[in-house]
Amino acid sequence: MSSAREPVLLRGTCAAPGLAQGPLVQLGARTQASNRTSIAGTAARLASDDRDADEGRAAVAAAAQLRSAIAVACAELAALMERAQEADAKALMAFQIAMLEDPFLSDPAFAAIARGLPSLQAWRDALAVQIEPYDAAEDAYFRGRAADLRDLRDRVERVLSGDAILRLAPGSIVVATDFPPSQFLETVWDDGGIALTGGSTSSHVAMLARARGVPMLIGVDPAVLSHHGEALLDADNGLLITSPDARSSANFSERRRIARQGVVSVPTAAAVTGDGERVLVMINVADGAELGELDPGACDGIGLVRTELMFRDLADLENEDRQFNAYRKILHWAAGRPVTIRLVDAGGDKPIAGYSVAGEANPFLGLRGVRLALRQPRLLEVQLRALARAAVLGPLQILVPLVTLPAEMLQVRAALEQVLAALKLAGVPSARPPLGMMVEVPAAALTCDAFVADFFSIGANDLLQYVTASSRDSMPLSALQDPLQEAMLRIMRQVLENAKLRGVPVSLCGDIASDPAYIAGLLQLGLRCLSVDPAALAPVKAAIARWRHE
Amino acid sequence: MSQDEVARQALGFTVLTHERGFHARPSIILTQLAKRFSAKVWIGLSDCGPWTDAKSIARVMALKAPRHTTVFFAAEGTDAADAVGALVKLIDSDFSSPIES
Repeated sequence: MSSAREPVLLRGTCAAPGLAQGPLVQLGARTQASNRTSIAGTAARLASDDRDADEGRAAVAAAAQLRSAIAVACAELAALMERAQEADAKALMAFQIAMLEDPFLSDPAFAAIARGLPSLQAWRDALAVQIEPYDAAEDAYFRGRAADLRDLRDRVERVLSGDAILRLAPGSIVVATDFPPSQFLETVWDDGGIALTGGSTSSHVAMLARARGVPMLIGVDPAVLSHHGEALLDADNGLLITSPDARSSANFSERRRIARQGVVSVPTAAAVTGDGERVLVMINVADGAELGELDPGACDGIGLVRTELMFRDLADLENEDRQFNAYRKILHWAAGRPVTIRLVDAGGDKPIAGYSVAGEANPFLGLRGVRLALRQPRLLEVQLRALARAAVLGPLQILVPLVTLPAEMLQVRAALEQVLAALKLAGVPSARPPLGMMVEVPAAALTCDAFVADFFSIGANDLLQYVTASSRDSMPLSALQDPLQEAMLRIMRQVLENAKLRGVPVSLCGDIASDPAYIAGLLQLGLRCLSVDPAALAPVKAAIARWRHE
Repeated sequence: MSQDEVARQALGFTVLTHERGFHARPSIILTQLAKRFSAKVWIGLSDCGPWTDAKSIARVMALKAPRHTTVFFAAEGTDAADAVGALVKLIDSDFSSPIES
């Protein structure tokens, strides 16, 4: 246990934005079968005179126990499914129930019980056989299902052990290596949050956390496992602060109060500053699922579609029709509002098997973004074709990631022209979308006047790490990472001034645009178009409304 | 009688076009549909097996069949032909036909 009573800053990756303040609750993994049932069973067996008959009776009892535990688990999951609002959550529970009801899953456990194993051991062994191939699966989706199987396994184990459902106090900040989706649905979160040392932004629990607005960090420094007491979870900035001092607690409460005011509902009114100036607030989109329940009227369009999160494997990258359909759906949702789609930005922290290069010593300074795209002209052509075809359906524009030199933009432009000519020749309807660039490499930011680009989008996350030569997940370097430090202000000011001279529209995407604390600074700088996480729309609009020219 | 020597009364196949292959939702829908028939229904990734019980979601998921896999169905029983026809149709409709049970 940590004896330190001074604030400790722990870093993680945001899996669901938001702010939470509350007591840390450490949740361990269910431990191996050292349960009361099996100990009791063994003791009973040893004490018996008529060993065979008693073992027979014990096996019948153990089988009944497992059958009943599975039934109870199914009933609990059905209740969760009934209560859940989101289609995703319902589908998740339906899947776990269907698996639990499948004799193929449980038959080996019953067979082991008949051979004399205690119910819990038999269940755990049988599920281990099922889970192993999922853990080993090549496809990330199937690997992810291992977590669902563990979830249902643990639920049955809990019932077998006679433990009640763990009801977390509302407002808790859960600390664990990973967290099962069904337990997420069982919890009344109120203002609570989640900090996982493992986890993945594409896990089911992360998806649920985003849908319900529960702040969640993954990949948190494992040191967190020894922390207790009050904590501040700032998922927007990837931070967990334990043992906060009174002043940071008070500041944090104030930030939460402001954020909460907006979160009640996303105003569909256009964002306007305190002195009446219009600011465009667009949203960032990952796989399109986040659009389901969002009113397109709440934003001015889509400022960034991260297609590398939408097309996660080589088969997708090769599939023009699938890409076209995905763009078509997004344009349909946006209903005439502009939609900026970024070319696949793989590499760095976002590998795609068979596309990005594995094993680079320093992936953030290696083959990623447009560098990778230009080396795979066939896949670039597929994406450009899908985009040019979709551009007929609405105001679509293409954003090129990680541009360093003007030649890279010219090469992409040439590829686009070729695609347009081929489509025209084949009689396929297509249109020429505006082609813009991410301004995130300092070399490009400093020379942005030399680029042929229809628009600029400042990628504040990468720009900050490249300008300060410091990795975003390095906790000891957090002092270097003020996104509005002088170097960042100067470089962004230069981009804005140059763009203004040439009449090139500029927007900013990146985490700071989603953080109300930085909105004033960005507006002061002259930005009037921000692209934010959908969950941040309300607080960002509120922050814009509070701002006035100094 | 082992599953491999089964006297197959109906056989059908089609190509899995669902963008994510046999993932959770398609597997649920497929096994739900299979269970509506009294016939024994098997699914396999080749025309001569190995065959696996198409009414078992755990088994169907364990196939980990990706997109563009050719999927075979075999069935034995009074409604064998209907079962195979319905399952092929389900896959051809990309699992979009809603299954109410």
